[in-house]
This record gives sequence, structure tokens and C-alpha cells, in this order.
Amino acid sequence: MNEDMSKYPLRLEGSDKPMVRFMNVTKSYGDLVVLDSLDLDVAEGEMVTVIGPSGSGKTTVLRMLMTLETINGGVIYVDGEPLTHMEKNGVLVPADAKHMRRMRANIGMCFQHFNLFPHMTAIENCMEAPVHVLGLTRKEARERGLELLALVGLEEKVDEHPARLSGGQQQRVAIARALAMRPKVLLFDEVTSALDPEVIGEVTNVIRKLVSEHNLTMLMVTHQMGFAREISDRICLFYRGQIEEQGTPDELFGNPQRERTQQFLRAVTEAM
Amino acid sequence: MFDWRWDFVWEILPRLIWATGNTLIAALLGYGIAMVLGLVFALAQRTPSRILTMVVRELVEFIRSTPLVLQIFFIFYVGPQFGIRLSPWVSGMAAIGLHYAAYLSEVYRGGIEAVPRGQWEAATALNLSTARTYFRVIIPQALPTALAGMGNYLVGIFKDTPMLSVIGVAELMHTANAIGSESYRFLEPFTLVGVIFLAISLPTAWLIRVFERRVRRSLGMN
Amino acid sequence: MSYIEFLTTYGPRLMTGTLITIALTVLAGLLAVAIAFAAALMKLSPSMVVRGIATTYIEIFRGTSLLVQLYWIFFVLPLFGITLEKFTAGYITVGMNLGAYGAELVRGAIKSVPRGQWEAALALNMSPAKRMIRIILPQAIVVMLPPWGNLFIELLKGTALVSLIAVADLMFQAKQINGSTFLSAQSFGTALIIYYIVARFGITPSMRWLERRSLRMLGRG
Ligand SMILES: Nc1ncnc2c1ncn2[C@@H]1O[C@H](COP(=O)(O)OP(=O)(O)O)[C@@H](O)[C@H]1O
Ligand SMILES: [Mg+2]
Repeated sequence: MNEDMSKYPLRLEGSDKPMVRFMNVTKSYGDLVVLDSLDLDVAEGEMVTVIGPSGSGKTTVLRMLMTLETINGGVIYVDGEPLTHMEKNGVLVPADAKHMRRMRANIGMCFQHFNLFPHMTAIENCMEAPVHVLGLTRKEARERGLELLALVGLEEKVDEHPARLSGGQQQRVAIARALAMRPKVLLFDEVTSALDPEVIGEVTNVIRKLVSEHNLTMLMVTHQMGFAREISDRICLFYRGQIEEQGTPDELFGNPQRERTQQFLRAVTEAM
Repeated sequence: MFDWRWDFVWEILPRLIWATGNTLIAALLGYGIAMVLGLVFALAQRTPSRILTMVVRELVEFIRSTPLVLQIFFIFYVGPQFGIRLSPWVSGMAAIGLHYAAYLSEVYRGGIEAVPRGQWEAATALNLSTARTYFRVIIPQALPTALAGMGNYLVGIFKDTPMLSVIGVAELMHTANAIGSESYRFLEPFTLVGVIFLAISLPTAWLIRVFERRVRRSLGMN
Repeated sequence: MSYIEFLTTYGPRLMTGTLITIALTVLAGLLAVAIAFAAALMKLSPSMVVRGIATTYIEIFRGTSLLVQLYWIFFVLPLFGITLEKFTAGYITVGMNLGAYGAELVRGAIKSVPRGQWEAALALNMSPAKRMIRIILPQAIVVMLPPWGNLFIELLKGTALVSLIAVADLMFQAKQINGSTFLSAQSFGTALIIYYIVARFGITPSMRWLERRSLRMLGRG
């Protein structure tokens, strides 16, 4: 990566700065280019949903923001500060581990397969990072955890291990666990895809509640078009590592402009 | 010919039991060293440094494919050549600890690699430190997988302690040999050694299996 | 004495020892495989007596040390009128010891073949022996070959103990050379390297080759 970094600002200023900005971001695995010069802004408090065919790079976008993947070009900014890079002598250089750890505090993520820690109970899952990363006392962390488990409707299951919870319950614990870190940005990667149909509603209801009652910035990947349309401020349709089309739910679902968007929407509605 | 003498058995049994104590101490000490050093070997192979990974990998392979008895001789005799004298116990423990560290590092590695990738990712997403991720998230989950192997090697190290007799550590085999050369009777001492080994290793192997099941259950896994 | 001089002087003796070690390994290996299959099949037998014999053998040889077994067979067995020459006693003990571990491998591999294969063979009205030889074992062998590779390396290492009853193998030669020269690093170090070479460039590649061949035979290569 021998990119000229001078075209990227050291930080984003101004009251209208986005919470998240992907600027010219490229990601490839070997010869396979997964994301091609992606530009994407998410405003503070905005709920943006990413849809698109399998393999189009949706998960990769979230994983890069969570620093689970490194990027090959461009810069990602979170709350005005570069995430993938840091300033050194007036230029941007790739972020070191320390910078990434500091920036990661802004972001939380919920995974398709929950990834709960199986040897910890629901409340222990929620307390682990607040105690050992944020430095809360166990009492504070427990209170926070209990409050969040109540928010997701699991006050009865506080002391259960994940193996004794249903998929929907596990995913709700995972959401509480992520919220316990008080992130500014919350990422959802197909959080309902691994669930049985009858429990999907438990999880979408929690997300609905978060959108209406909290001023979180959220980036969500989902295949549930109805839910996306109902809840999002904006929808982005990915195709082969690029944004094919984006707009409000009504624009994108009601009046899609691009041929590929129409094809994709037709294919998913037929499948339903 | 075949004349088993019980009076001789009772005469030598106290000495053999005392030596069994030494054998057990040697096995436990060696195992303690192996557990710690094995973790070092395993973690060294997970650092980002390619060179370190390769060197440790090759070292582990080397230790695993050469005879322990030769390693014991090597460590015991090479020191004095360069002016370092190690006692039989120290060189014996070093050799056996190093040998089993190589095996245990493979057990640990297998256990760690069996932990799903999502667990690492969740730990990153929660911003847990590397140390915290290992000790609180990964190792507890690697443990149930690793326990079976760890138990086998605990019994294994116990059964390999007779090799320490070659440099004069007064464990069971060494004592049986001494009794044999004093009395010219080998039948009873060698047979008793075999019986003592069976009497310890069979129940231990069984206990380890029980323990393994309990740990799995207490960690909430099955 | 430089290391080159050491090698020119003592190399031939170490080579002779290496040949003995290889001979011991091959003989003990063949014996171990034969015993392992026999004991594993015996453990699957419907007769309790047959199963009991196999279990006793396996538990005794896995429950005690190779060195203890070696001394017992070499020093005690003659008291029962069975005197073995030391080389023979050596490879027989090593073979019987590793055969006990191998038996568990073989048994595990046989049990890992899906039930459906047994049932299909039965449905084709094959005799029990045919079922085992034609259907089950070919599939089990693919499963058990990788762990046998590890076992053969254990076996190679086990042969070093035979030097303690004065079989002139590699370990024995290294000890002799050390005793007369006090060049411990050179004599034991060279022996270590030779064992490593035999394991890493002899046993491991041969097993890999066997694994590939057996996969091809099952059409999975
Ligand atoms: N670790 C990886 N190595 C190689 N290719 C990968 C890796 N991860 C993802 N990909 C590829 O990147 C592309 C985008 O993947 P992803 O972002 O998971 O797609 P989506 O979530 O939209 O289905 C796919 O073609 C996938 O095969
Ligand atoms: Mg995906």
C-alpha cells in the first residue's frame, strides 16, 4: 500500500461531521477485491441498513469497522478521528495496536452466531468487559448488566449459561453485552439469520426499542427486507463491493432506480 | 527356577515403597515444569513473529522425535564438559520437563485451535486485552479439549520416570536394580515394580477420565 | 579434536549403531502392527475370554513402563525357562509395548466406520470375515494411518532403551564413545541428530506416502 495519504484529513471537524466515514476504502484478499473504493457516511444517531446479494462485501464493511479486518487502502473515521490510521508528525500512518484499542471503545458488534462466551453466565458475559476494560467495579458492572438484561427482557435468565438459552435469548444477551460497553456505534451482522423463525421477533423488537429510545448510531446487515424498510433511516444496496444504490427506505423499495436493485428486490420478494 | 519368595517380598517392600515416593515426586515435578514450559512453547508459536514460530515449531519436533533417555544423558553429561555440574535430579527433571513440554505444547495448541474463531472476534469487539482474552476466554474453553491429552501425558511422564535410573536418580527402577544386584534376585523386585506401576497408573487413568467429565460440566459445556 | 575429526573417527561406529536401530525399529514395527490388529480384533470378539485376554495384555503393557517390561523380559523371563537373546528380547519388548497402544488405535478406527457400512455389508449377506476385511478395514486404515505415524516415532525412540541391556544400537554406541572420549556434546548430540533425521526424513515421509496411497485406494486422493 503506497498510497498518498496527504489527501486524507487528519481529522474531521465541524458540527456536521459524520459519526462514521469510509473514505475511498479498499479491501482485498489476495487478488480478490472485496470492497472497491468505498465511500460511506453514517450520521450520528442514524440507522443505516446494508442489503445485497451474498458475497457482496456487507459483512466485510462491519468487520473493518470493528477492526477485525485490516484495510488495503483509504481511511475509516469514527467520530471525526481516524480509526485505521493515526497521526504521526502531521501525516496519517497505519494505526498501532494501542490506537486501535482506544478507538475500538467507540464500537460494539453483534454477530450472526452470537459468539457468547459459553463458560460464562448471561450476566458474566455482560460484566466481563465493563470490569476488565472499562474498569468498573463488579457492583457497578452488575447493575449495568442487570439493567440491560432487563431491557432485552431477560431478567429471568441472568444466571444461565448460554447452552441453556434459546438462540433468540442468546442473541439478546449478546446485544446487552455489546450495549454494556456504551459504544457510540453498534453493528449488527445478520443477527437473525441463525434463528428459528418464531424467535426472530424477540430480537427485532429489541432493535426496534433501541432505535426509538436511544440515540445510538447503528449499521445493520440483514436479509429481512420488511424489518429494514420499517426501521432504517437509509438503505444501502451493495453489489460486488460497491454501493449500487442508496436512499430512504421508501425511495429504495418504492422506486428503485437501478436495474440491479430491481433484480435483487424481485429475487428476495419472490423467495418469500 | 521359579521360586517366588514372600519373605523376600516383605523384606524389600519398604524400600520399594519409599522409592515409589521418589518416583511420584519426580513425575509431579517434571509435569509441573512441562505444563508451564509447554504453555510457553504453545504461545510462542502464536506470536506474530514468523521466525520465532518456526524455530519453536522445529524445536518441538526435534524434542518429540528423539529418545528421552538420550536427552537425559545429553543434559547430564554435556554440562560437566563445559564446567557446569548438574545433579542427577536437576538434569533428570530438566530433561523430562522439556520432553513433555514439547508434547503438552501440542495439546495446548490443539485445544486453542479448537476454540471457534468467533470467540476471538467477540473478545476483540469487547476490547479485551490479549492477556485477558487468553486467560479468561480462550484457555477456559481450550481446557476441556486439552484435558484428555494432558491426563494421558501425566500418566506418560509417570511411566517414563524409570529412565531417570540411568543417571542414578533413586526412583523405583533404580532401587529395584540395586536390590537385584545386592541379592542376585530379580524376580521379586522387577515384578513388584511392574505391579506398583499398574496399581498407580490404572486408577489414575480412570480418575483423570472422571475429572475430565466434571470439568466439562462445571464449565457449562458437554 | 574438531567435530570433523570426531565424525571421521567415530562416524562408522555411529553408522553401525544406526543400522541396528533401524533393524530394531523395522522388526518391532512389524510385530507391533501384527499384535495391534490381533488384539483389536480380539477385543471386538463376542467371547468374553478372548476379550479378557486382549484387555489384560493391553492394560499390562500400557499400564507399566517399557523399561520395566524390558528388564522383566530380559532378566526375569529366563527364570521361567524362556531365555531370549538380547537383540530378540529388545525388539519383542518394544513391539509388544507399542502393539498395546496400536491396538487401541486400530479399535478406535474400526469403531469410527459408520454403522451404515456394517449394515450395508450385512444386507449384502457378506460373512463376518469378509465384512471386516473387504468393507470395514479399508476405511479404518485411512483413519488410523496418521496416528500410526506418531506411534512409529515413539517406537523408534523406544528402541533406544534396548541399549540398557547392551544391544549395540545407536544409543549404545553414543554412550560407549562418550565413555572413552568424554566428548559428551559430540557423541550424544550427533546421536540426537541421527534419531531426528531417521524420524523426520525416514518415518514421517513414508507414512505420508502411505496415507496418500490409502486415500487414492478409497478414491479420495
Ligand atoms: N478471510 C477471507 N479470505 C478470503 N476471502 C474472503 C474472506 N472473507 C471474506 N471473503 C470474501 O469476500 C467476499 C465478501 O464477503 P462478505 O463481506 O462476507 O460478504 P457478505 O457478507 O456480503 O455475504 C466474499 O466473496 C468472500 O468469499
Ligand atoms: Mg455476511
